[in-house]
Amino acid sequence: MHCDLVIIGGGPAGLAAALSARENGIEDILILERDHYLGGILNQCVHTGFGLHTFKEELTGPEYAERYVNMVLDKKIPYKVDTMVTDIAPDRTVTAMNKDDGVMKIEASAVILAMGCRERPRGAMNIPGKRPAGIYTAGTAQRLVNIEGYMPGKEVVILGSGDIGLIMARRMTLEGAHVKAVVEIKPKSGGLVRNIEQCLNDFNIPLLLSHTVTKVEGDNRVTGVVVSKVDENMKPIPGTEVHYDCDTLLLSCGLIPENELTRGANATMDPKTGGPVANDHLMTSVDGIFACGNVYHVHDLVDHVSEEAVKAGAFAAEYIKEKRGN
Amino acid sequence: MDERVIVCIGCPKGCEIHVKYEGHEVIEMTGNTCKRGEDYVRNEITYPLRMVTSIVPVEGGEFATVPVKTKSDIPKEKIFDVMRELTHVRVKAPVNMGDVVLKDAAGTGIDIIATRSVK
Repeated sequence: MHCDLVIIGGGPAGLAAALSARENGIEDILILERDHYLGGILNQCVHTGFGLHTFKEELTGPEYAERYVNMVLDKKIPYKVDTMVTDIAPDRTVTAMNKDDGVMKIEASAVILAMGCRERPRGAMNIPGKRPAGIYTAGTAQRLVNIEGYMPGKEVVILGSGDIGLIMARRMTLEGAHVKAVVEIKPKSGGLVRNIEQCLNDFNIPLLLSHTVTKVEGDNRVTGVVVSKVDENMKPIPGTEVHYDCDTLLLSCGLIPENELTRGANATMDPKTGGPVANDHLMTSVDGIFACGNVYHVHDLVDHVSEEAVKAGAFAAEYIKEKRGN
Repeated sequence: MDERVIVCIGCPKGCEIHVKYEGHEVIEMTGNTCKRGEDYVRNEITYPLRMVTSIVPVEGGEFATVPVKTKSDIPKEKIFDVMRELTHVRVKAPVNMGDVVLKDAAGTGIDIIATRSVK
């Protein structure tokens, strides 16, 4: 099977890239999405704050996503959901599978990487203590609460003050949980000031800067955590330990571009961003493979993701047309 | 005269706005970079407003929940009243983005609308 342009990921980056490529004259496009629906993580970001640049109004995540999904449906751009891409070869052969088609090999003239990013898990953070149930990344908790409709816990401590952690502090509070503290190892929060204001201060949730979790307690389920002050080298200061009873620990400690497929294609990686190295046409070191959105580098705002994806779609279209001319 | 520093939540910029005021009257405001910030501060010193977003369960839909929001800002003090009322709301699929799922939430006069379509 051949396809002019295969886009890996149907979140904001993939959707905007597809629309842009279509606008630039590419008809034969296929979006591959591993989840059951298009729109990506925006669907679980039910709070507002999206779209001020793109649509000149403040939207929730699902609204922002649905506007793009509707444009993609309107343009009849083909897509497959529930479809997992397992490999991208350096010659741009994309291997993917789903229940209906089985294993597919798609020879693409160009590929746009739009896989987004993942959260830093506990295993990457060296938190001492036991390994009970009740420890989630903030984004996992967000999916449980907002999409699946389950509350992951009632008494909550959040480690890390990234935006998703701040948003989840408010979200859990609104749903009846008691968020005891947001603990940040650095002297400054990594989240937007407006989120500290409207997610923590509005609900009197304490933000403990220069603090970290130094122990997780509980055999089957989390029963508490110990929080300690850290010095300027981010080392815990003995004697400053404070115990918090809780049944849940949420982690909001950074995002990592999801680049297993990119590495598989032998693209050169940038250790600073965690994404692939790309030229000013957003093309990676592999000929015909482009990258945009959080897989390229983590963005604060989805509006910036969409903007970058529009460029990637246009550059990929230009590349495909040039190849045809040869 | 009172003095406050208010962080604007109108956009990701998060301007730090210094305001001097007497009762409900603004005497001096500095630090805002647009009209939204000015409006926000005027509300904050008189009648703080917030959007509320949440989810409600869906019956018979492709997903278990549908995200919702207050159609416009509501008084900040009513946030938990709105949340309590929302705990009783169930909707049946299909739901379209923009559909009203609860009229006049907690006596605010503001409707709660769906922010995603669920088939």
